[in-house]
Amino acid sequence: MSEIRLEHVQKHFDDFAAVRDSSFTIANGDFFVLLGPSGCGKTTTLRMIAGLELPSGGKIFLDGEDVTDKKASERDIGFVFQLFALYPHLNVRENIAFPLRCQGVPRAEIKTRVAEVAKLLQIEHLLGRRIAGLSGGDSQRVALGRAIVRRAKAFMMDEPLGALDSEFRQLMCGELRRLHDRISATTVYVTHDQIEAMMMADRIAVMNHGIVDQIGTPREVYETPASLHVAGFIGSPPMNFLGFRGALAPGATSLELEGQPIAIPPLAEGVSERDLILGVRPENVALVSEGGLRGTVFGTEYMGTFQIVTVSTRWGPLKARVSSSLPVGVGSAVGLALTAEHIVLFDPATGRALPRRADAAQRATVLPGVAPGSPSSTAYV
Amino acid sequence: MSEIVLSGLSKRFGELEALRDISLTIANGEFVVLLGPTGAGKTTLLRLVAGLERADLGKVFIGGRDVAHDPPALRDVSFVFQRYSLYPHLTVFENLAFPLRAPMRRMPRAEIKEKVEKTAELVRIAHKLATPVTRLSGGEMQRVAIGRALVRRPAVYLMDEPLSSLDAKLRAELRLELKHIQQDLGATILYVTHDQTEAMTMATRIGILEAGRIVQIGTPREIYEAPRNTYVAQRLGTPRINLLPIGHFDAAGLPAGVATIGARTEHIRMRPNPQGSAVVVLVEPLGNETHVHLEAHGQEIVCIAPPGAPPVPGQRMRLDFSEVLYFDGEGQSVLAAPSDPGRELAFH
Repeated sequence: MSEIRLEHVQKHFDDFAAVRDSSFTIANGDFFVLLGPSGCGKTTTLRMIAGLELPSGGKIFLDGEDVTDKKASERDIGFVFQLFALYPHLNVRENIAFPLRCQGVPRAEIKTRVAEVAKLLQIEHLLGRRIAGLSGGDSQRVALGRAIVRRAKAFMMDEPLGALDSEFRQLMCGELRRLHDRISATTVYVTHDQIEAMMMADRIAVMNHGIVDQIGTPREVYETPASLHVAGFIGSPPMNFLGFRGALAPGATSLELEGQPIAIPPLAEGVSERDLILGVRPENVALVSEGGLRGTVFGTEYMGTFQIVTVSTRWGPLKARVSSSLPVGVGSAVGLALTAEHIVLFDPATGRALPRRADAAQRATVLPGVAPGSPSSTAYV
Repeated sequence: MSEIVLSGLSKRFGELEALRDISLTIANGEFVVLLGPTGAGKTTLLRLVAGLERADLGKVFIGGRDVAHDPPALRDVSFVFQRYSLYPHLTVFENLAFPLRAPMRRMPRAEIKEKVEKTAELVRIAHKLATPVTRLSGGEMQRVAIGRALVRRPAVYLMDEPLSSLDAKLRAELRLELKHIQQDLGATILYVTHDQTEAMTMATRIGILEAGRIVQIGTPREIYEAPRNTYVAQRLGTPRINLLPIGHFDAAGLPAGVATIGARTEHIRMRPNPQGSAVVVLVEPLGNETHVHLEAHGQEIVCIAPPGAPPVPGQRMRLDFSEVLYFDGEGQSVLAAPSDPGRELAFH
């Protein structure tokens, strides 16, 4: 069992706060992804967990033991950087065995462990081969084998697929996740690629400017983003935002945009008159000929079964994901209808989402600084 | 009139046959995207058109003129490279103005200013015209590089993966912008990339390149819906098309010679059923859709989960196929009888 717990962890580099007051728990066996743009503090957080960086404040616990001041080598954590890094002068077997030799593991045990890992990754037939002749996928598997052969308590992975092209990256995501399902070791994975995070994670921590904005399952961060940053960072294309000014009563179920009534999910609390932002994802926007929010088609992007239609409106460009069998002419006037239950409202002054009535209780568990305990975190792994 | 005609182009580098018998016409105002993996010959082809490389065989016509003996400068093309190549000691304005300042053009100062400002608007860098390019972010530099190509009105634009060094968000924005700019200007563009989304969303026509040859050329919809062979079928569509041996399908009534069924996610209906032949191995929620990896008879099949509660690993599913694509033993497309489109196919 290897649970990782961070309590009020922070890291400063001179005047720069790389990580501010982060508290969260990574459950035993979780595939936990730290996601955010470059400079958000995700790699620094990972390096502090691994012991490669000392926090400026706060504590880190591994299996309940305070490891804050322990060296990396005393933490029993496996670290994977770019999966590409193999020793070209060694063969597959020697590459996988390398970390064990460094630890002085007896020869017979090395043999057994390498055989086990090779079987797990289905690369037994490659053990005698040179690295140079391997396909990209096989090299990745060997690199993974070298990482997991140590049987560490937890694995830290820092953008291990960053160097691959997109098609191959998706393939490796599936492979990594399947490997995780078999060995069930707690894994902390850093990436700036939201698709990787969505594909692999049990839970995602979305970071921005050194702060954890939200922690939740892929579905939670996608469907009920806690902040504008999360809503804009996750999803491709990201969520549409429409700015407006208004006041909303507690439990309000509709609002008005330029005289056009829009149904919304009931809010937990009311807000006095202020600037607000309505967020809606492209797949929850439909094109209608009459009524709706009016605009002009700016462009269409064919994607096979569906197309992304960009519509210029007085709120800026809005995107709708619709069937590619629907004829849409560039320059034509269209209306946009929004699906009420998928609308999220934000207060731009704080950047946070206004809690809905139904998810108000749940939302409290995902604020930064509070350990999340969502029971649904393993619902679709 | 700025049509490009390539006729029987071949090029070798020693042992390597980089391009083989490429014939292609890019009509005036067309946006043609050549899609292929690294090493398929994409960049070589652009360099031949630009005059940076000489073909072993074949001819290049630009605007009806054989350009074999024209040096690059006289071919009236703009080239956007994969990595921005800007003049580091100059500002954004000066970089954009550079192509207009060529002595042979003798463009008046006021006209240069107007063109630069208009182009800067277009690529959304107008607020940084006075900034030295070394102080720009990678995305901004690439926008300047694209702007520098757009500031002139050459007969054709050649673009070599111009968006690949940008982050996903900016890439998505510039895709749409570039297409819009192309339509506004009526520009003729030959664009090469390995990114299927760029090809599908921007191209008037896509050419699929494999090992130096064009395997198929057609509109994005034609390539997606009627690929000539399994190689082409796998180039477009995410998740990738499922290619399944005919063995476990009910083959009665299928066209003769079918060896492989090509099933895109939209051709497969998945329903929980304890007697189903497929088992869920992996579920990937992407937000707007959920990919489900299943295994049936040792074959991996990727589907999209229907709305509602996502399936769980280990669950058994019954799969129903309809409107699939057919391929023969060599991977070549076999057409269904016109009287029999979209039939249901039983899978055991």
